[in-house]
Amino acid sequence: MGTTIGIWIAAGLTLFIYSFLYKDNPFYKFAEHLYVGITAGYWIIYTWAYVIQPMLLDPMIKNKQFILIIPAFFGIIMLTRWFPQISWLSRWSIAFTVGMGAGLGVTGAIQGFILPQVQATLVPLTGFNFETFNNFLIVFGVLTTLIYFYFSKEQKGVLRWGSKIGITFIMVAFGASFGYTVMARISLLIGRIYFLLSDWLKVLR
Amino acid sequence: MNFFIKLSKIDRRFIYLFIALVVVLPLIFKPKFPVVVSKPVQDVYDYIEKLPEGSNVLISIDYDAASMPEQQPFLEALLRQLFKNKLKPILIVQWQLGAPLGTMGLEKIAKEMGAVYGVDYINLGYRPGYVAQMVGIGKEIRDYFKVDYRNIPLDSFPMMKNVHNYNDIALLVGLEAGSTYLAWIEYAGGRFKQKIALALNAVSAPDAYYFYQSGQIVGLVGGMKGAAEYEVLVDKPDLAVAGMASQSYSHLVIILFIVLGNIAYFIEKGMKNKEGGK
Repeated sequence: MGTTIGIWIAAGLTLFIYSFLYKDNPFYKFAEHLYVGITAGYWIIYTWAYVIQPMLLDPMIKNKQFILIIPAFFGIIMLTRWFPQISWLSRWSIAFTVGMGAGLGVTGAIQGFILPQVQATLVPLTGFNFETFNNFLIVFGVLTTLIYFYFSKEQKGVLRWGSKIGITFIMVAFGASFGYTVMARISLLIGRIYFLLSDWLKVLR
Repeated sequence: MNFFIKLSKIDRRFIYLFIALVVVLPLIFKPKFPVVVSKPVQDVYDYIEKLPEGSNVLISIDYDAASMPEQQPFLEALLRQLFKNKLKPILIVQWQLGAPLGTMGLEKIAKEMGAVYGVDYINLGYRPGYVAQMVGIGKEIRDYFKVDYRNIPLDSFPMMKNVHNYNDIALLVGLEAGSTYLAWIEYAGGRFKQKIALALNAVSAPDAYYFYQSGQIVGLVGGMKGAAEYEVLVDKPDLAVAGMASQSYSHLVIILFIVLGNIAYFIEKGMKNKEGGK
C-alpha cells in the first residue's frame, strides 16, 4: 500500500514538473517548491544524523574528545556572516579552509593532473598507422589550443594560424560535449517515462 | 520554401511532443536495437574480471536522484558482476542525497545474488569533507569510517578486518554526476596510485576521456549508453538497454530538427538578402 501511494505521488509530481513544458502553472510551482523544501529538510536531518551527532556531539560527550571544540568553534563562527558587526570572525574559518585547500590543491594538481597529462602528450609520432595519426592529433591539438590561450603577444603570422586551428579543436570539443549533454537529458527523460509506463501505468512488463 | 519558413517558426511544444512520442513508442513496442560495447566500457569490465576472488572494490556514490536513470542501471550491473566474481564491494557516499540510492541498489542486488552483509559487502554511508576523506583513506579508512551506515563498528565485520587503506582496495569505482571524480583522480589516483574506473553522467563524460587516454583511469562508462553496454556485458539487460531505442530515435529526431532549422535559417537569410538587394 505504502509503495503504491509513493508511486502515485512520484508520478503526480513528475507530471506537475513536465506541465511546465506547456506553460508555467501553479502545479509546476507547487512541485518545484516542494522539491526545494524537502531537499533542504533532508540535508538538515542528514547533516545532523551523519555529521554533527556522530562526528562532533557523540565523541565529545561520550568519549570526552574535547579537542573537537576547536573545529566546532571554527564551524560556529562561520555563521557570524549573518551578523555584519562580527562577520569578520568568519574569515578565520575561511582562511583555514583556503589554506588547507590551496595546500592540498597545489600538490594534488601537480601529481594528479599536470604531470600525468604532460606525460600522456609525449606520445610516439613515428610509423605510418592509425595510432600515429591519433597521437599526431593529440600533440597538434594540445599545441594549437595552447597557442590560442597565449595572450602575451599579438596573434599574427604563425601564432594567428595556430590560434585559428586551436579554436577549431576547442569547438570540436564543445560539439562533443553538447552532443553528450543532449544524450544525458534524453536519458533522464527516458528514465522518467519508463517509471511512468512501468511502475505507475503498468504498461511495460 | 514556405514549408521551411513555417517550420522555423513552429511552436516549441510540438517539438516536445515529437520527442515524447519517439521516447514512449520504442519503450512500448520494444524494437530490437543492437548495443555495441565500446572499448572504455569493455576495459572496466575486463579489469574487474581479472581481479582475484575476494578483492575489495570501493564504490563511491557521487550522484543523486537527478542522475538516477544514468547511474542506477550501471550500479546494479556492476554489483551483479562483483558478487558473481566473489569480489567485495565497499560502498561509500560523497553526495548526501545519493545515500538512499546507493543503499537501495546494493540491498536489491545483494538479495538477488545471495550476498551476506558484512561478509560479502558493506555500506559505510556518507561522511562530509570528501577531499580530506580521500587523502585520509590513504592512511587509514577508520579515521573517517569508524562505523558503517547503521553506526555499527567497522571491526565487527569480518570483511573489514584487513581493510585499512588504498593498499587493500583493488579498484575504486566512482559513479559521478558532478566533478567529485576530479578529486578522486587527483588524490586517490595521483598521490596513492589507486586504480580507478569511472561511470560518469553523459554531461561529464567528454571531460574525462583525457584521463582515460592518459591511463589515469582504467576505463570509462558514459551515461545511460555506457550503462546499457555494461548490462549487455553482464548479460542482464535492464532499464538502460530498454532505453537505447528511445535514445537513438530521439537523437535522430533532434538531428533532423537541427538540419531543418538550419536550412530554414539559410533560406530566410537568403530571402532577406534578396529583399535588401532590391
